[in-house]
Amino acid sequence: MDTRLVAAILIVVGLPAFLIGYILLIETLLRPVPERWQGRIRPWLWLAPALAFLGFFLVYPTFNTIVLSFQDRFSKAFVGLNNYAYFLSNADTLVSLRNNVIWLVLLTALAVGLGLLIAVLVDRVRYEPAAKSVIFLPLAISFVGAGIIWRFVYDYAPPGQPQTGLLNAAVTAVGFQPQTWLQDAPTNTIALILVAVWIWTGFCMVILSAALKGISVELMEAARVDGATELQVFRGITLPLLLPAIAVVATTMVITALKAFDIVYVMTSGNFDTNVIANQMYKELFTNNQPGRASAIAVVLLVLIVPVMIINIRRFREQEAIR
Amino acid sequence: MTGGATEETNHQQEVTGRIPGALGEEIKIVDQRSTRTLGRAATLFVAAGLLVAGCSSGTPSAAPTTAPTAGGSSAAGSPGASTGGGQLGGSVSVIGTWTGAEQESFLAMVKPWEDQTGAKVEYTGTRDINNILSTGIRSGLLPDLAGLPGPGQMQEYAKAGALKPLTDVVDMTAYSANTAPGLVSLGTIDNALTGIFIKADIKGLFWYNTDVYKAGDPTSYDDLLAKGKQTADTIGGDAKTFCVGLESGAASGWPGSDWIEGFVLRQSGPDVYDKWTAGQQTWTSPEIKQAFEAFGNVIADTYGGGKNANATAFVATGDKLFSNPPGCVFVNHATFITDAFKKTGGAKDGQFDFTPWPDMNPTFAGAVEGGGDLFGMFNDTPQAKSLVAYLATPEAQSIWVGRGGALSANKLVTNYPNDILKKAAAALVGAKVFRFDAGDNMPQAMQDAFFKAVVSYAQDATKLDSILANLDSVQTSSYTP
Amino acid sequence: MTASAATDSTTIVANRGRRTIRWRRLLLHGAVIGLVVIWLLPTIGLFINSVRPPIDVANSGWWTALFPPWDFTIANYEQVLARNGIANAFVNSVLITLPATIIPIAVASFAAYAFSWMHFRGRDWIFVVLVALLVIPLQTTFVPLLTLLGPKGIHLLGAGPGAFVAVWLAHTGYGLPFAIFLVTGYMRGLPKEVFESAAIDGAGHASAFFRLALPMSVPVLAALAIFQFLFVWNDLLVALMFIGAQNAGNLPLTIAIANLSTSLGGDWQLLMAAAFISMALPLVVFFALQRYFVRGITGGAVKG
Repeated sequence: MDTRLVAAILIVVGLPAFLIGYILLIETLLRPVPERWQGRIRPWLWLAPALAFLGFFLVYPTFNTIVLSFQDRFSKAFVGLNNYAYFLSNADTLVSLRNNVIWLVLLTALAVGLGLLIAVLVDRVRYEPAAKSVIFLPLAISFVGAGIIWRFVYDYAPPGQPQTGLLNAAVTAVGFQPQTWLQDAPTNTIALILVAVWIWTGFCMVILSAALKGISVELMEAARVDGATELQVFRGITLPLLLPAIAVVATTMVITALKAFDIVYVMTSGNFDTNVIANQMYKELFTNNQPGRASAIAVVLLVLIVPVMIINIRRFREQEAIR
Repeated sequence: MTGGATEETNHQQEVTGRIPGALGEEIKIVDQRSTRTLGRAATLFVAAGLLVAGCSSGTPSAAPTTAPTAGGSSAAGSPGASTGGGQLGGSVSVIGTWTGAEQESFLAMVKPWEDQTGAKVEYTGTRDINNILSTGIRSGLLPDLAGLPGPGQMQEYAKAGALKPLTDVVDMTAYSANTAPGLVSLGTIDNALTGIFIKADIKGLFWYNTDVYKAGDPTSYDDLLAKGKQTADTIGGDAKTFCVGLESGAASGWPGSDWIEGFVLRQSGPDVYDKWTAGQQTWTSPEIKQAFEAFGNVIADTYGGGKNANATAFVATGDKLFSNPPGCVFVNHATFITDAFKKTGGAKDGQFDFTPWPDMNPTFAGAVEGGGDLFGMFNDTPQAKSLVAYLATPEAQSIWVGRGGALSANKLVTNYPNDILKKAAAALVGAKVFRFDAGDNMPQAMQDAFFKAVVSYAQDATKLDSILANLDSVQTSSYTP
Repeated sequence: MTASAATDSTTIVANRGRRTIRWRRLLLHGAVIGLVVIWLLPTIGLFINSVRPPIDVANSGWWTALFPPWDFTIANYEQVLARNGIANAFVNSVLITLPATIIPIAVASFAAYAFSWMHFRGRDWIFVVLVALLVIPLQTTFVPLLTLLGPKGIHLLGAGPGAFVAVWLAHTGYGLPFAIFLVTGYMRGLPKEVFESAAIDGAGHASAFFRLALPMSVPVLAALAIFQFLFVWNDLLVALMFIGAQNAGNLPLTIAIANLSTSLGGDWQLLMAAAFISMALPLVVFFALQRYFVRGITGGAVKG
């Protein structure tokens, strides 16, 4: 039999069994331990597998990245803050930072907003599974496919020629000139963000919809019987109960926007004022062979996420206080 | 079973010889079949090879194998003879940029070697080869062999000590005797051959629709412009002299870099070209600026203008040559574009032809720009050495050439499947002055900035001075080690 | 008279109410169907172009194909399916994706339970730092990881199935921050009372986890399974880095698909057909797991 298959079966069956066995084992071993010590040791034992994976695959490389960001392109001599100075003085950086802000605001607002809207709307129709599948569809399409799909939307042909792009066909049908959607700043950044919205709205919808299903119907019915309008029910009951889920998807979208890369890389390569930070990092790392500069940009990304995490920790504690 | 294998081995052997182009079709069919039977046991082939050793004349293409070097080797003989050959077994990992039909051609090319040695080629084709190799150089996780992205990267990898010299691996006498001297020296670092060319291409061919353009080969570049303009005016409407397509994802702009390189070489000559490639000629200098301006004139006479050039995928550049009415008269590209002429342009064989880029300055007459695919070795396992030695031979290279879509850097390879490729190969071999793609020879950061500059310039020609000044600043920072 | 007038007005009000409800239903269906059409349109365009001859795709918009004369072809699909190695790549993708989906779900649920129902010093900070790891660009992790796992380190990577193990573990590591974030967010919302009464009944953490937390979190685990499956299924970069250099035979479908067209863009029309072929399995997974997204799956236990 194929060795790959044997290994896969072993892992699929064996690893969860191993992990369950691990939990049962530590709980058995903890039994004779004094109660006070149990409480101190147990959380770390439960977290150990996750911490091991994260420590190896993400934390260790991150320390490596931080060190590299202070070194030259051969990762030998230390150069102080040179790499950071280079990033901040680069002409592209200002454009990238501005674009990332636009990405952050628009992607988060549109993907979360539309995801929420769709989750709430489809909750009331009988063809919910079908409708959700359609919104979810873009997530399932590989990136290669998505790139071609949007080429057929944004394609341009000179005026007077038959348009092969959907958007320009619509625009010319109502009498306007065709537009080069991906080349004309600043709307081209919005055109790119719309691709991301198309992909990520399904993600927000699935999570928000799952959370919505957890809200008890009785509570909403009771409010309706008391004469509350749909809007009041939504604002008074649904929204507050969805807040934790909204925070999860919003945080994920903020991070997605900060890391936005492949759409820009494939569709404009950062030309026409569409550059973003992650694309700059990628170019430094693989095209320019400047690991130091690339690492400095990665560290900047890490720093940018700090405010988002502070908001999260606050929300986390508030949630803890009210439950 | 044995019969089938016999027949295939038979054909494989014929491919190794020097076969007239007219027989190319036949060769192509056979090779496709051998690709399909990739998994067949190698031992069978050795046995079959012994069987056919004396009866290889069953087909019309029973031309005697006349290639001087190793061409006379029988099917049972060894393609990897220069390093001993025999039953090696094991495997060799290879990474390259060739995908799709190119990947199938490469696999067909290594097939006889696999059959011969019993070793297996594990080939990964990817356009993200830079990521793998630049990560691999630092982490140590590298394939045995790699098709290198360009001479610039080869220099960097060799400097990092990752590439092994090939001087003792390939048959140096045969390789240097039959390969264009320019290409041999491009693959040589500190007197050691580090990269071999297994395939080459000629840039700067002006393609046209034979039903539209009938004015013959222009005598000079100005003549080409005049004849092109005249033809475009006859067509009328929106038709222009040129079609240009610059969009190519992350490498958008590269077709324009080929235009500009062609201008530099023909306007200012190989010396300026070499200095510019090496970072010793500023972008703001009159010679380079003149080349950009010449490209600007092309864009000004391009179907749909610069905006459309930036919005058009480079593969689709030629579609408007064949539309009704045509949108343009000339398209400047290498030979690969003919595939798109037929598939998305709807052109028939014989409906298109090219004229080589005419001279612009008589002092530099006969200068030609080309490109090529370098191959280097990271791990000197016996299998890797044997495969590199085999790939350097004309027998190996004639397999890809016979399948179409490639020119060989080796003079002895002549079995081109059609007249167009034969003509292109003649232009490549007959070049008085040959220069490699300048962008591919620059540091990657410089090349990347060059591509971006082309795109910005096509978008807004008035910004030329600031675009060139920016390229100068990239030049200062990217050439210093 | 007054009485009848009153009756009349009630009828009118009721009718008006029914009419507004009908209007609302119409508006609701209009909005849902409108959004669905907008979302579907680009994909329909790709599908129609994938069954048209390439020359038509280059010269006219996909919508023109809807009107006669019709000229459809399945040549793209035939060519993709006939390509060498596509079936093998599909198998590889399944073999990579299944373990890389199941392992992180298991590991993340333990961690999420600890973050939700155990108290320890620094809990919130550790949690937030773990989530912040989401922002790390994977590209920066490759050199240190490949150095440790490759020939300079423990030799896990290289020829042989070791690379598969490395890819499973890597996807687990890369996927964990999001997995922990998502599942913890949900588990913390589970009603406290349930866990308190279980504790009073003498149930330990192991049984609270397996008997209460896990079954009640089924919807979020299903959502996580879908996303992790998708991320791994559509991943090209990690597979290329961990498998690519040495194990051509083990590469997944994403790479086989990207390799359908030539490095110079030839045969790009095959990518359209390939996009639909590679989409099939993720959609099956989505449909299969969608039944866990229905109301009441948590047995009404969720607070609200």
